[in-house]
Amino acid sequence: MSLDPSFVGRTYPPTAPYEVGREKIREFATAIGATDPAHHDPAAARALGHPDVVAPPTFPVIVTMAASRQIVEDPELGVDYSRVVHGDQRFAYNRPVVAGDELVCVNTIEEVTSRGGHGFLTTRTDVSTVAGEPVVAVWSKIVVRGEA
Amino acid sequence: MELPTQTFRVTRADLVRYAGASGDFNPIHWSDRTATKVGLPGVIAHGMFTMALVGRAVTTWAGAPDAVVDFNVRFTRPVVVPDTDEGTEVEVSAVVKGATDEGLTRLDITATCLGEKVLSQARATVRTPR
Repeated sequence: MSLDPSFVGRTYPPTAPYEVGREKIREFATAIGATDPAHHDPAAARALGHPDVVAPPTFPVIVTMAASRQIVEDPELGVDYSRVVHGDQRFAYNRPVVAGDELVCVNTIEEVTSRGGHGFLTTRTDVSTVAGEPVVAVWSKIVVRGEA
Repeated sequence: MELPTQTFRVTRADLVRYAGASGDFNPIHWSDRTATKVGLPGVIAHGMFTMALVGRAVTTWAGAPDAVVDFNVRFTRPVVVPDTDEGTEVEVSAVVKGATDEGLTRLDITATCLGEKVLSQARATVRTPR
């Protein structure tokens, strides 16, 4: 599937704030089997210098996957989500996500290419607090498989 | 330097739990009917679940739950999870590739399922133990 390369560089409006809950971090940590007390016990997290429980490294995907609907559901771009496969994923942290964070995402399309009948779309999501403190930058590359 | 290999068992129940916790309810992660219809051998793990397991391995190696500074993977092969009590296993190993200018440690990671690599270009940069 070919995607329109003129979308490269497009930045979308900031998403509504996502409030990171202590129980959500515990639920996510439990689901991936992460038993470190800092994910579950605020006192253990504070002992490491964090204000509340610390999210595991891939937790931000909950926030960015929801935010990326801005892009994959952009009718002008025309991604067929039923043909989407996850290609690459990267997280670059300023600090870990902690309970109590109110996170805002700004999505930018970094790369649009087509190869072998497939479309490739790389997005960068800058995740920051409502106060403007950068927390983590998240890159995601998806492959939109061709009809072949 | 090679780090000790870590093995993670993955069952259908894990995928259901991850779907609920992450909000990713794509039926290829819980319905054989849907998975086979799109050409997969059966239900597969969420790529992000596999990455989360690798994240556990990385934080265990680093010795701190908040040690990860940079973390990236490429998903190259699906982790097929049969509907059995045993499910399947993902094995994660890594080598230390050296230090960055900021004194952080770089790891090159390998993740396999049934002897086949499921990730490529899997790397993490971590803070060394405090």
